[in-house]
Amino acid sequence: MRHGWLGRVILWIIFLAMLATPAVMRRRAAKAAAAEARGGSCQSALARYGFCFTEVSQQAGIHFVHQAPVLDAKLANIMPEVASMGASVSIVDFDRDGWPDIYVTNSATGSKNHLYRNNHDGTFTDVAEQMGVADVNQPGTGVSMGAVWGDYDNDGYEDLFLIKWGRPELFHNDQGRGFTRVTDAGLPQWINANTATWLDYDGDGKLDLFVGGYYPEDVDLWHLQNTRMMPNSFEYANNGGRKYLFHNLGNGHFEEVSAKVGIKSRRWALACAAADLEGSGYPDLFVANDYGVSELYINDHGHFHEAGEQTGVGFAPKSGMNAAFGDIFNQGRYAIYVSNISEEGVLIQGNNLWVPQDGKTLHYENLARDLGVELGGWSFGAQFGDLNNDGTLDLYLENGYISLSKTQSYWYDFSKVAGGNSSIISDAAHWPAFDGRSLSGYQEKKVWINDGAGKFNDVAQAVGVTDRYDGRSVALADLWNTGALDAVVANQRGPLLIYKNTVAPGNAWIEFALEGTKSNRSAIGAQVTLYWNGQQQVQSVMGGSGFASENDRRLHFGLGKNPKIEKAVIRWPSGAVQTLENLTPDRFVTVKEPQ
Amino acid sequence: MTQPAASVANSAAPPRPALWKRLLDSRFTPPFFITLILLIGNLSFGILESYQKTLLAIVAAMVTEMALGRIFLGKWPHPASAYITGISVGILLRSPAYWPYALCAALSITSKYALRVKGRHICNPSNFGICALLFLASESVAGLSIQWGNNMVSLIVIWVLGATILWRAKRFLTTATYVISFFLLALLRAHITGDPWLSEVSPITGPEYQLFMFFMITDPKTTLRSWKGQVAVAIAVAVVEMLLRLDQSIYAPLYALFLVGPPALLLEMFFDGRRRRKASPLPTLRPELAQ
Repeated sequence: MRHGWLGRVILWIIFLAMLATPAVMRRRAAKAAAAEARGGSCQSALARYGFCFTEVSQQAGIHFVHQAPVLDAKLANIMPEVASMGASVSIVDFDRDGWPDIYVTNSATGSKNHLYRNNHDGTFTDVAEQMGVADVNQPGTGVSMGAVWGDYDNDGYEDLFLIKWGRPELFHNDQGRGFTRVTDAGLPQWINANTATWLDYDGDGKLDLFVGGYYPEDVDLWHLQNTRMMPNSFEYANNGGRKYLFHNLGNGHFEEVSAKVGIKSRRWALACAAADLEGSGYPDLFVANDYGVSELYINDHGHFHEAGEQTGVGFAPKSGMNAAFGDIFNQGRYAIYVSNISEEGVLIQGNNLWVPQDGKTLHYENLARDLGVELGGWSFGAQFGDLNNDGTLDLYLENGYISLSKTQSYWYDFSKVAGGNSSIISDAAHWPAFDGRSLSGYQEKKVWINDGAGKFNDVAQAVGVTDRYDGRSVALADLWNTGALDAVVANQRGPLLIYKNTVAPGNAWIEFALEGTKSNRSAIGAQVTLYWNGQQQVQSVMGGSGFASENDRRLHFGLGKNPKIEKAVIRWPSGAVQTLENLTPDRFVTVKEPQ
Repeated sequence: MTQPAASVANSAAPPRPALWKRLLDSRFTPPFFITLILLIGNLSFGILESYQKTLLAIVAAMVTEMALGRIFLGKWPHPASAYITGISVGILLRSPAYWPYALCAALSITSKYALRVKGRHICNPSNFGICALLFLASESVAGLSIQWGNNMVSLIVIWVLGATILWRAKRFLTTATYVISFFLLALLRAHITGDPWLSEVSPITGPEYQLFMFFMITDPKTTLRSWKGQVAVAIAVAVVEMLLRLDQSIYAPLYALFLVGPPALLLEMFFDGRRRRKASPLPTLRPELAQ
């Protein structure tokens, strides 16, 4: 080698410097993370971030602990994995008293779901038994995986669709005094679903229902014919459950029209959400799929075409587990947040934040890394909401898959099988036994606050979100009508947590409660664009979003300090556009669609 | 007019092959094959996180190779080797950040110049770089975790193509030995752990192994010259990998090659030297610097 010993020395210095670089980068990252306060008091969080959470479930009278399903004994080796979902939470004002109530699902056979009525005094009372929506996990009917609420018969009261691995259930809300199971709605006998959303896809003023299958519908997880019911690929699985679009016929019956309107997929759907992403006036449908790419169904006046690849959101396959929409840049357009899996040193899929790009056609770019919301963990539910009322949407993310042993991990065995040939991965009998090990367990949650300048910073520990349960579903709601968004978290095999939000004085807010007339009465699909202080933010009333969850029907806007609201423009699903002026902050605004 | 000696010598040399023949130089075959895999994989299955990251790794590898080759060897090296290293890093490394791709590629190439014994580099460059990053920067990187249509047809196509290329490159024996060893040791592992045999076989049906056994373990510069040596190393890699797997090491094959490859090369050099010394009392000339 030329240049003798001096050259060698220089070469080795360069070489060693390269080897040391990861340590330097790690130190830099640790320093940046340390810059965000860990722990601390609510007072310091209020001073620093403008809000803090206090977990108040016990004080609120909620002592719910989720029970996981126990499936066919043939799956005993991987039971923690196949029975890892079912904890869900949805917000509904089922009795129309103006205060949000909470519905949570349970998933063990014979276990009961709970409907917590808001007592207006900081406490809740479980009225599920009394209302007839508790005992819904009876043997032979499957178990609950989630719930979405929508007034399908436009009588003014929110009805309940129960998402199950089993017999799907529709409950009619009898004017807030009880629920009646609808037996002749035209729903199938069995669906293994984890996601659903209400939407009026054809703009006829009646709510339709999309349901995304996970396991194939011919699989009874309690009575398996064989163990070949797992996905046939970790990234390209196409042997999941079918999709359903139930068109509301208006007489209490639904007609399944998915194939007719262009929805044909057997990917493993885990989350979905619908809003008018393209600006056509019709709701588009986004489906986050496990073991594969996401799908974006663009609505062409009641007929869908799948445009995932074309729009950029459906090319790189990951493990989609969430679908939430938020106008994060206050520019009148929705970004889409999809959660995936990231485990240090093993698998770094990274979550996706699909941000719409400028141009004539709808196209998204994943800016999760640039904005700082890429790495969560084994992520599930996430929701956008302005947690500190500063005028920009923040992001709350649940993480953690299976928390069992604190010392032993299943990751090695998981990675061994997950990357293999379809004939191996698709048969549960080929998977090594779990043996009490964890898989991405005991993970921290993320509460990312939006700095309004293109960055999100995680402040979860500082603002009081310190639990390490296996978070699944999160819903945001102003539970106590204070003008602040609280967070309700459903944990798999864990307690339901109520994080009460305290927002520092000074930042204003406004909330809209909409009611359709020509449009569906729940106003699902209605879009409010609020203009204040020279900026705008758009939000849509949704019939389900995140992972197995539904936020408060009311739309909450943070406004920052001393806001001057110019106007709010409401575009109703009927196509009617209504402009509200002379709005004042710190108010609940109830709006009925003009006749 | 008399021609200078060099010119006379040149005129006596065989004529330079045509450009198209030079382009079919066997050193271009592996880059061509790996590029094909990359493009087909990404266009069909989106295997890359982004083209930019892979491109960054390729550029970093080639720039480092050119610079170090020029400075330390006094010549512009053939780009094929660096290209393969860069593209291997681009495929095998997963990171949300950009810097690991550049660092890994540069580190891989630098290892060729820093870790040399008797003029020969002793570590497979991309194996060294990827292992170093997986070990030192586990919070920022992971190994390949994607699939390319994990059905039997795509598996057979890749294996047949890979085997054909290796046959041409006279490295088929290494891969065949490794594959047979892997399957046999999978049986043993299943017996020890009590896990299903197919779960132990599963990894070799995935893309990470396809790249590992077709490109990494067969690298001509860092494998032994004798066929017996190649067989022995392939078996040793499989055995060490088994031990690492019993310790639940996710990147067992990469680490196994990292642990077995360099000592095997050193042993070969040692025995070669001894053989040469026995065969000739004259001092041996320093071997040509390998790239």
